[in-house]
Amino acid sequence: MQRLQLINNPMESLTEEIIFSILDHLDSDTKSFSATSKSFHSLESRHRKTLKLLHPDSIPAALRRYRHIRRLDFTNCPKADDGVISAAAEAYSGTLRSVDLSRSRLFTHAGLSGLVLTCGGLVELDLSNATELRDAAAAAVAEARNLEKLWMGRCRLVSDIGIGCIAVGCKKLKLVCLRWCVRITDLGVGLLATKCTLLRALDLSYLPITDKGLSPVLQLKNLKELTLVGCPGIDDDSLKHLKQASKSLEVLDVSYCSNVSCTGLASLINDADSLHHLNIAYCFTVTSVLSKCFYKLSELQTIKLDGCFISFALMKSIADCCASLKELSLFKCNGVGDEGLSCIARKHRLLRKLDITCCQEITEASIDTITNSCPHLTSLKMENCSMVSKEAFVLIGTRCQSLEDADFTETEINDEGLEAISRCSKLKNLKLGLCLNITDRGLSYVGSRCQNLTHLDLYRCMEITDIGISAIAIGCPLLEMIDMAYCDKIGDTSLTALARCIQLKKLEIRGCPCLSSLGLSAVSMGCKQLAVLDIKKCYITDDGLISLAQNTQSLKQINISYCPVTDVGLVALASIRRLQNLTVLNAIQLTVDGLVAAILGCKGLMKLKLDTMYKSRIPEGFLSEIEGRGCNIQWRNKAAVLRTDHLFHGKFD
Amino acid sequence: MDPDERLCAETWAKSSSDREPLNTDSNNRSITDFDRQQQKWEESSFNGCGARDPDQQFSGFEGPFTSDVDSQRKKKDLHGKQIPEAHESGNMQNWDPSAMLNNLSFLEKKIHQLQDLVQLVVGRRGQAMNQADEILVQQQQLITADLTSIIVQLISTAGSLLPSLKNSESLASQLGQFGGITSQSVRVTDNVVHNNANKMEDHPDPTGVFEDHDMKSDDDAEEGENLPPGSYEILQLEKEEILAPHTHFCTICGKGFKRDANLRMHMRGHGDEYKTPAALAKPHKESSSDPIFIKRYSCPYVGCKRNKDHKKFQPLKTILCVKNHYKRTHCDKNYTCSRCHTKKFSVIADLKTHEKHCGRDKWLCSCGTTFSRKDKLFGHIALFQGHTPAIPHEGAGPSDQGQSRSETANKIEQLDFNYKLDEPGRSVCQGLMELEGSGEDPSSYFSPLGFDTSSMAGFQEFPRPLFEDTESSFSFFLSGSGDYSPKNGRYAAPNDLE
Repeated sequence: MQRLQLINNPMESLTEEIIFSILDHLDSDTKSFSATSKSFHSLESRHRKTLKLLHPDSIPAALRRYRHIRRLDFTNCPKADDGVISAAAEAYSGTLRSVDLSRSRLFTHAGLSGLVLTCGGLVELDLSNATELRDAAAAAVAEARNLEKLWMGRCRLVSDIGIGCIAVGCKKLKLVCLRWCVRITDLGVGLLATKCTLLRALDLSYLPITDKGLSPVLQLKNLKELTLVGCPGIDDDSLKHLKQASKSLEVLDVSYCSNVSCTGLASLINDADSLHHLNIAYCFTVTSVLSKCFYKLSELQTIKLDGCFISFALMKSIADCCASLKELSLFKCNGVGDEGLSCIARKHRLLRKLDITCCQEITEASIDTITNSCPHLTSLKMENCSMVSKEAFVLIGTRCQSLEDADFTETEINDEGLEAISRCSKLKNLKLGLCLNITDRGLSYVGSRCQNLTHLDLYRCMEITDIGISAIAIGCPLLEMIDMAYCDKIGDTSLTALARCIQLKKLEIRGCPCLSSLGLSAVSMGCKQLAVLDIKKCYITDDGLISLAQNTQSLKQINISYCPVTDVGLVALASIRRLQNLTVLNAIQLTVDGLVAAILGCKGLMKLKLDTMYKSRIPEGFLSEIEGRGCNIQWRNKAAVLRTDHLFHGKFD
Repeated sequence: MDPDERLCAETWAKSSSDREPLNTDSNNRSITDFDRQQQKWEESSFNGCGARDPDQQFSGFEGPFTSDVDSQRKKKDLHGKQIPEAHESGNMQNWDPSAMLNNLSFLEKKIHQLQDLVQLVVGRRGQAMNQADEILVQQQQLITADLTSIIVQLISTAGSLLPSLKNSESLASQLGQFGGITSQSVRVTDNVVHNNANKMEDHPDPTGVFEDHDMKSDDDAEEGENLPPGSYEILQLEKEEILAPHTHFCTICGKGFKRDANLRMHMRGHGDEYKTPAALAKPHKESSSDPIFIKRYSCPYVGCKRNKDHKKFQPLKTILCVKNHYKRTHCDKNYTCSRCHTKKFSVIADLKTHEKHCGRDKWLCSCGTTFSRKDKLFGHIALFQGHTPAIPHEGAGPSDQGQSRSETANKIEQLDFNYKLDEPGRSVCQGLMELEGSGEDPSSYFSPLGFDTSSMAGFQEFPRPLFEDTESSFSFFLSGSGDYSPKNGRYAAPNDLE
């Protein structure tokens, strides 16, 4: 970089537009770009459109530096309150289009009102999880006349009145998510549909709505996506009204609607020409009534039948369905047999994603057909398909070379199978939890060939040792997540090796008693991006935590239960500014003072799990003060469990 | 068959079943019922068959009266009107439902009268055992006569319904059986019914004292009535007349009454001459002999739609309608609600009605209109452009009002607090409303367990390291570890409302 500056770098002759378009493609490393030179710094400041804020303290500087922000993301800044929001709103009153407040709990309707009134051009607003917001906040949102997308999932205190205000105020709404807004009833939904005629996507999951609310929704001419998960008020009669709307409907999710039956769905499907995504999971026993309907859906691409009882006739009708399926989910379906599945596989050769989790009757016969007929399979989930023999995995590995996502949890896969699977060079996500037959040899194959692997699950793979993990660490540099929970033969060598994976964000090493602070220190020095860490029941002492605190400033969530840590380690940990989620159960060497000091220091803490025994010893006022900061404290009584835990008998007692 | 008829039947049934409670003045509802009933009587009297004079009754009774005996009697009758035979025969051929209805309502009234009379006799018998036999015989004859006429009319009415029986011998013979009684008793009726009417006035009315009770049926109620202009007589009371609390004044002492009947009762105190049956009887109405002309009323206010000079004049049906209409539309609203101190009324009954519901209208529109039901509010908002549901002040307003009314509902909520913990601020009022409404809380469909914050996945989303922290691990000790108050922040909201 110095050399660039010395030779009067050619970048300076480029126009701003060109540099901006370069920056558009330079998505992850704008930081080093702006650190290059002053001009680059100012260019980057002018170019940036999205701001993901972290801590309220950093906001004034950020607001001064970046002037053209269109999207503000507060998801990493849960402490954003009315003050922060109004400051940001004033800074970007002209440009701001999108605001994400889905993780913030501290703002009120006053802040929202200020934001909406200052930034008239607001188009997207995410208020999910704002469980304290009431109708007043909804009325404030209603002032955003240009709003097109609104997420309000879990705004449980917003009632019909609030959504009525929004319906009247925000005429341009195209997407509304009201999932879990349980106080919104037919009236609110009906009014929303009456007033906002441009609606394209509507999520009404878990609302107590019935026919009355649904019928105006189904009059919407442009409705493409309708999600009705878990609406017990919706029944067959309601779906009959769908006929009018079904012309435009493309995505329909009626999973967990216990009162919807085949006949209702059949009446709907008869008219839904453009439907390409259908989710009827956990609704009913699929019968032949429905099977006839599948013939008519020419555009259908995705069917999710999770948890349904499926007859052979239905499988046959899915197979004969004129459309070419790309995704089929038979997750936990009863009645799925080799014959039916083979039928489907033979017909739908373009199948990309198949989920046969917990289909216990499946054997290698259908795997043979599937792998033979569907070479383009990218995702295969077959957790707990216990009848599938180990040879089947060899077939998968040899035939489905495009596989990216493979879930073989709790199957008979062995090292030979893994060797074959490792030929799928595109593999990104591999789940091998509870596969007791795999050893270091199998992992070595994976490590040697699957360079794109980002997620690896080795939960309770008891045979795995440091050799296997090292092979993975060396061969898979893009690794982001690894779960080695209860792999009790793993030692510090593994962690030292994993330090090479600089992308590692999530590390699960729960219940690995051979691990010590040494390994953790190595990981913390290598994996600077580590955000989620579970070291429960590991022999990690203060040294490990101090090292963690010094190196991984991005740590967001940590579980240090059953670790022999003291106040020193915890207080050190508390200095990590991004830490939001802390679980400390049964750390018997901790004192109340240490705990209080740590909690005080950790200002960004949003969720804290503590032993019940501390509850009486921590002053009431302190606890309420902490909760006032937006921190949710959960008390657990785990003291009794320690005595029965076999893992630590030798170590701690 | 006909809604009106059904209504008649209902009124009838009600009047007989409500007889006992009617005697108590305090029972407002019964009085209302009575009033309504009375109005019905009045209404039907406009149609020309409700007068208490027996001759009139018969003359008003249009129908296929096939009894020769009776028609001959009519011709002989002194007061009776000569009904052309041709008219009768014409009716016989074409069954007329409206005539039928008239007949039925007439019959109903007739039976009512008889009922009252019998009751009267029963009551008298207890008091005066030593009364002259003459009177008793007279009464008995009267009752028999009335009964007979009812039976005859019932048969004739039924006969009109059964075309096969029309003019048939069987019917004639049936009637012939009654013929003797009829011809005999009707003559008695002529003499006695006046007496009967007098007695009715004289007797403390079973339905209680006449009380001026404003009725709900206001002038808008008869909006649908479409009488052709000229088919009715238009009366217009003067403003003073309308607003006068009393319209009947005693010529001797000047005391005012709302009803003439009450005045007549009062007059008895002024001397024996006012005690004669003739003086106590209902004044002979000139108009009643001319039943074609129905009375309708005009509002004296010029320019009012209810004024006869208005282009689209819509007459008012009764004097009561005139009074209510005039007060509501053209007078000051002097009665203020004692609860909300905002709503004003000019008719005291309206105030009373409002006060019953005042405070319940918790659903408010931005236009200021209040609704007692949420769905009505939403219907209103869906209908009008730009109207928005208004948000009551949280923690105040309806929830407070609701609290007093819904202590129990509140308690129930508190008991269920475990599962409603997710929505602690849930307004009591709403809870109550739902309890009242459907009896079940919609939110209880769902298990709130799913709300646990642990479900907030996505915290693991890794942030872009925009603002790398370079402070030392123990920096918080230096940077003031006590500074944890949320209000100390640099960005304390300037207009923090909470």
